[in-house]
Amino acid sequence: MPTIHYTDAAGETRDIEANVGDSVMETAVRNGVPGIVAECGGSLSCATCHVFVREDELEQLPGMSEMEDEMLYGTAVDREDCSRLSCQIKVTDGMELHVTTPETQV
Amino acid sequence: MSTHTPERAERSGTDVAAGPEAGAATRPETGLLIIGASQAGVQLAISLRGTGFDEHITLLGEEDHRPYQRPALSKEFLQDKVDKENLIFRSQQYWDEHDIELVKGARIVRIERHAPAEDGRRDGSGVAVAADGTRYPYRRLALAVGARARRLELEGAELDGVVYLRSADDALALKARLGDFRDVVVVGGGFIGLEAACSLHGMGKHVTVLEHGPRLVGRAVGEDTSEYFLRSHRERGIDIRLEARMRRLVPGTGERAGSVAGVELEDGTVVDAQLVLVGIGVVPNTELAEQMGLAVDNGIVVDRHAVASDGTTVAVGDVANMPNPLPGAPEGERIRLESVNNAIEHAKVAAYSLTGRQEEYAGIPWFWSNQADLKLQIAGLTLGYDSTVVRRDDAKGRFSVLYYRGGQVIAADCVNAPLDFMAVRAALGKGQNIPAGAAADPAVPLKTLVVDRTAQEVPA
Ligand SMILES: Cc1cc2nc3c(=O)[nH]c(=O)nc-3n(C[C@H](O)[C@H](O)[C@H](O)COP(=O)(O)OP(=O)(O)OC[C@H]3O[C@@H](n4cnc5c(N)ncnc54)[C@H](O)[C@@H]3O)c2cc1C
Ligand code: FES
Repeated sequence: MPTIHYTDAAGETRDIEANVGDSVMETAVRNGVPGIVAECGGSLSCATCHVFVREDELEQLPGMSEMEDEMLYGTAVDREDCSRLSCQIKVTDGMELHVTTPETQV
Repeated sequence: MSTHTPERAERSGTDVAAGPEAGAATRPETGLLIIGASQAGVQLAISLRGTGFDEHITLLGEEDHRPYQRPALSKEFLQDKVDKENLIFRSQQYWDEHDIELVKGARIVRIERHAPAEDGRRDGSGVAVAADGTRYPYRRLALAVGARARRLELEGAELDGVVYLRSADDALALKARLGDFRDVVVVGGGFIGLEAACSLHGMGKHVTVLEHGPRLVGRAVGEDTSEYFLRSHRERGIDIRLEARMRRLVPGTGERAGSVAGVELEDGTVVDAQLVLVGIGVVPNTELAEQMGLAVDNGIVVDRHAVASDGTTVAVGDVANMPNPLPGAPEGERIRLESVNNAIEHAKVAAYSLTGRQEEYAGIPWFWSNQADLKLQIAGLTLGYDSTVVRRDDAKGRFSVLYYRGGQVIAADCVNAPLDFMAVRAALGKGQNIPAGAAADPAVPLKTLVVDRTAQEVPA
């Protein structure tokens, strides 16, 4: 099963088995992973599902839309080069993704 | 962690008139009973665990679904882009691990409060009684009962094919009918009506929107935004009629007797419809609160800490009428908000109250609505605005309106303009201003115009 590794700002990691087709955000929220708020439920409207993707895994993800790019300028913790909105990342077959959640989302 | 103490429920000195209904079960007492297992109730339970509340929590709702998010019902879910599983808030495992008992399919019809102590004070405990007679004793009570769709009062409103869109059951029923109709009339040009209209239009239906008022979404956005939506939706081929006066819903004949066939307007014209979707606002579910003797006025009246007039019951989300939370709002101004963000923030405030901390509503209310290719994001509250600034970039398909009250920005409607939305939300959150004079040029990023509110008030 694909696995997403969520590390919080304090360095604690939770590994969650994910379903193909769900988003990285949905996987986190359903399992109560702290650090991802996702107020809009994946509608690309809130920017409270911000994550930092491990640098070397960034390339294997499909690129982001202009909307996601702009929304990332409004995150609670400033964006970095490896920032993504986790509701826009779909879990794919065999995915092993490492993401870090910011200190706060709102 | 669990503190089930059934004895407490049977203690003497209650004003429970009669014993339990014959044969009806009594549940063990719960530390906190949350009635309403949707956005606000779910958040309250989650936030309480985050703030260290360690009593048993029962999250109870009348719907037969695991708690789910409503916004997609008129958007992605209706368009078949997500399925029900995607809308579920939390896995069962989460509730189990956090000692939160989920009760589905239970409708509470009555609250029996325990009698006050000798000093006349109530500790907030009592028993909630469900429609099937089951009794749910509790130490503290939270009402997160939300709102229901306002019913259309018109001849023919009871015909088959007249539908509402508030719950997953409503949406599932609507989806099951998609093959049965070509022409749909949406009654009401508010957010839900327009979202559903766009979804159905996008699926090839012939859609007519009948709006009673002079403009779209009149309750929530200003005139410029209304006009923008009107033009965009008409251009995409949705037939929108403003100031529409309906006389009755027309029944079909023959095989379609008993089903709706159209809407007759006051001028006698009939708009064909095999489906009429009514989206004319909601009514807060205040019946339980009224029965408990709580103050009710367009929702359950609560203070800044989400506490109702009895001093112990908390009420959160769509059902609550609360002081305007926007920093700097006039004393005494009250508001009832219908949004996800409010349900979440309000539940957080209530969670603090229930654990003895007196936090006030923090954060800037915001809202979104997706209508076809238009993504609307609203930051702040427009209540009491006295001027506006429009930023419009047609080449990029962007459109924002900033609202001002006494020279201070208080809100913005942003269409396909997330940078504007983010800038206004951030400025409001920090108590800053975006002076109106410079804001009209859409080429200038709003972020660069932000000034401290106090700095601006001091004359140069
Ligand atoms: C189709 C649709 C689209 C929306 N889109 C958006 C959007 O894009 N953005 C946004 O911000 N907001 C949107 N909203 C609004 C948002 O969903 C609501 O503001 C939010 O659900 C309010 O949460 P709540 O928990 O206060 O109330 P509700 O969601 O109304 O939940 C109340 C719950 O209490 C239950 N209940 C009531 N009485 C009883 C009783 N006596 N016993 C047991 N259970 C009871 C009800 O069955 C219900 O499940 C939308 C709403 C709908 C319906
Ligand atoms: S969940 Fe709101 S933008 Fe991702």
